[in-house]
Amino acid sequence: MSQAELTILVIDENAIRASIIEEGLREAGHERVTVIQEVNGVARTIDMLQPDVIIIDIENPNRDMMEHLFQLTRTVGRPIAMFVDRSDTASIEAAVEAGVSAYIVDGLKKERVKSILDMAVSRFNAFSRLRRELAEARSALEERKVVERAKGILMKMRGLSEEEAFTLLRQSAMNEKKKMADIAQSIVTAARLLL
Amino acid sequence: MDMTTSSDRTGPSLPAPAAVRPEGVRVIRAGFIPLVDASVLVAASVFGFAEREGLRLELVRDVSWANVRDRLAFRQFDVAHMLSPMPVATMLGLGSNPSPTITPFSLGRGGNAITLSTRLFSRMQAAAGLAEGASALEHARALALVVRAMKDAGVPPPTLGMTYPFSSHNYEFRYWLAAGGIDPDLDVRLVVVPPPLTSDALEAGAIDGFCVGAPWNMVASERGLGRIVAAKQDIWPSAPEKVLGMRPDWAETHVETVMRLLVALDAAARWCDQPENHNALADALAHPGHVGAPVEIIRRVLAGEFCLDAAGTRRVIPNYFSFHADHAGYPRPSHALWIYSQMIRWGQARYSEEGVAAAISSYRPDIYRAALGDAAAPADDDLRVEGDRPDDRFLDGHVFDPRRIADYVGEFPIARHGRDGSADEDDT
Repeated sequence: MSQAELTILVIDENAIRASIIEEGLREAGHERVTVIQEVNGVARTIDMLQPDVIIIDIENPNRDMMEHLFQLTRTVGRPIAMFVDRSDTASIEAAVEAGVSAYIVDGLKKERVKSILDMAVSRFNAFSRLRRELAEARSALEERKVVERAKGILMKMRGLSEEEAFTLLRQSAMNEKKKMADIAQSIVTAARLLL
Repeated sequence: MDMTTSSDRTGPSLPAPAAVRPEGVRVIRAGFIPLVDASVLVAASVFGFAEREGLRLELVRDVSWANVRDRLAFRQFDVAHMLSPMPVATMLGLGSNPSPTITPFSLGRGGNAITLSTRLFSRMQAAAGLAEGASALEHARALALVVRAMKDAGVPPPTLGMTYPFSSHNYEFRYWLAAGGIDPDLDVRLVVVPPPLTSDALEAGAIDGFCVGAPWNMVASERGLGRIVAAKQDIWPSAPEKVLGMRPDWAETHVETVMRLLVALDAAARWCDQPENHNALADALAHPGHVGAPVEIIRRVLAGEFCLDAAGTRRVIPNYFSFHADHAGYPRPSHALWIYSQMIRWGQARYSEEGVAAAISSYRPDIYRAALGDAAAPADDDLRVEGDRPDDRFLDGHVFDPRRIADYVGEFPIARHGRDGSADEDDT
């Protein structure tokens, strides 16, 4: 039994994150990994797979539904423990922080599961970082666009060169202790209202 | 240290904080689920009651009870809005993550109801010739007729939603069904649906009814999707609902903070009970960061004015919510034991002396009394007999004696106990 390969079920409504985790699990040598995004019919899936480990996104409102299932079902060895080693608070907190929650068939050796959890946590974090970077890149792009527009308005209205318009924007931002994008945004808004 | 404070204090008249502040904690993070019964926490945070006690109550909205439990257990929350059976379950070691949790304060009574799909309800009317204004028990019996007919016809049984295995909704739904002669494990399919999704699940036909807290019943009835057939008051008026949960070690190391928090919550609860404050409360609750439901509906829910269906059939339930009146905030140990009795009845736990002690240990009236004074506590027994007062009957007339739990559970013909502590019959 201890040599048998673990069956892992990943439930994540976010398809990209799910595939990132799946990839990580496969890289770590786990072959029996199933990923589902839709929790409808999850009872059947669990019944068929008999997973040893279930990883579910902590923001998934269906966690309560899963727990009810565990109360009812005989097929999943119960009770299903939330975390492997209660005394390992650092890794538990890291998991909760990262947004990972997991259900593990009771009696499973903790060393076997810990690496899976750690991997899930690092992949969740990697995904959040990716998403954050994407959001930042997007907002940087937006900011550049609005500064360009404000510059255009200043050039047209006040007959400035591009460089002068830029200097004026930067100077105003420094004087008012604001971000250049904010100053640019107010120019764009004002222009829209006034012209 | 005697931290007794008069509970009707209206101004910031505490002793100089610097002198009595051994703990650094001033910010309290509280997890909650979007429900009207989080009112006391919301009011304490928004309307200055926490501030007056030198606290900042940070509310964190969450998506599942499992999360609330885990985030409390793993210290992301200091306190949490919880279903009253949750602390009891943790002390009994039940559930997925039974980390010890206590409650020194109840967040009020009332707020639940049972809603069935309009389709199911019209079948009940046809089968039982239900009169307008039929009682909750008559509704349950009518549903029993329909369920039996469905069984005879070989049709799959109705699927009914509740919120969590250790919830007042689970036990109230089961109580109501069984009182009507329906076995909740054999005759219907009980599933879990997150409260804000109940209306949509009903509309999509994923469920045929649900038991959930306000405002989600009224949201479904006003959308023309369901008919409210029973309110919590019909099943047992003084039934416990939500409580303030915390870790026992946190309570021990933050005595001063807990005292102040309870004083703040008590004042907030008193304020929430006053009808003249309901507009302000409804506005705060309607905010997307809190409950995020239409303010009109929340206002009517707070007034206990029910639209039972889309046709405008109305029913007014006095004291549909009690946040403070009649010691609503007092964590009554007999309630913890009634919850335990339901866990036994439905096969989640087995009766034992240790179980009784564990269940009682989750309710902490001693902390309540230390914070608010004996005068704020009810005069009757902590282990009082429930359901024997004229205004506080159970739906089916049973009386709960907390000293005779095993006998009480044995009185009910429909039950799961005595089956090796397991609730499972079918696991679809």
